Amino acid sequence: MTDLLALGPHAGFIVACYLVTLGVIGALFAWILADGARLRARLSAMEAQGVTRRSARARKSNAGEAGS
Amino acid sequence: MAILDLANPTRFLALSARLLPWLFAACVVAFAAGLYMTFFVAPDDYQQGATVKIMYLHVPAAWLAMMCYSVMAVSSLGTLIWKHPLADVSAKAAAPIGAAFTLISLITGSLWGKPMWGTYWVWDARLTSVLVLFIMYLGLIALWRTIEDPIRAGKAAAVLTLVGAINLPIIKFSVDWWNTLHQPASVIRMDGPTIHPTILWPLLVMALAFTLLFFVMHLMAMRNEILRRRLRTMQLQAASARVGVATSQAAE
Repeated sequence: MTDLLALGPHAGFIVACYLVTLGVIGALFAWILADGARLRARLSAMEAQGVTRRSARARKSNAGEAGS
Repeated sequence: MAILDLANPTRFLALSARLLPWLFAACVVAFAAGLYMTFFVAPDDYQQGATVKIMYLHVPAAWLAMMCYSVMAVSSLGTLIWKHPLADVSAKAAAPIGAAFTLISLITGSLWGKPMWGTYWVWDARLTSVLVLFIMYLGLIALWRTIEDPIRAGKAAAVLTLVGAINLPIIKFSVDWWNTLHQPASVIRMDGPTIHPTILWPLLVMALAFTLLFFVMHLMAMRNEILRRRLRTMQLQAASARVGVATSQAAE
């Protein structure tokens, strides 16, 4: 631990670099996660309204034909 | 499964969902090992002292900034030549990640420059060409947001990305072609690295961790972009259905 803290006279610059990197990557990661969650919620809402994609409708009708 | 089968977005979503937890775990392990080596194994540099620890962030971020743009350039070829369904999804998803790594490279370089060079910034060839790279990332993000149709936006961005790729060799060789304050390459050289192994190995492990982080975030962002396009298609379907109902009611 002593070695970790012995960053010399420029410790402020070193710590600032690690904090900036953590902040930028953390913000980007959080944005990607939030964007994904928002998109999945909106897709679910559309599907709940009965709106489906063409490929989903085709899969459903194929399954229906196979079942009949 | 042939590699081209991954061109199907549904298959890509299924495969990436299986791959992501493993990649994320590998990324966490690589960062844990890299940071341990950085703070507890790697010695201080005989000239720079402890500020060499900035290198373990700055150099991988700079490599990733260029690798990310290379991924976008290859994806742009996929868009323009092969019209690969996932190519412009890949390019669009990579742009914010590339911008973030370039920003980290610029800020950490600046914070490293002050104690070592005596200045945060100089307009030399390496620093300026990396700043141009950052501005190009922002320009491409803006272009994608300006054109509503993702297919048209993808083609326009692909052309701009390929034009901007000329900046990559300029960044790489700027330290050789011009007299710059920035040091020349010391890892990827024809005659091998000039860094002592006790400092080189932590750097390589941190570079691996950053690369895995890029792939994790890129896959996640690509999945988001596929969902965004599906949502857009469904919204257009819903809107056209509403217009159809309104037209038939008006006709009655």
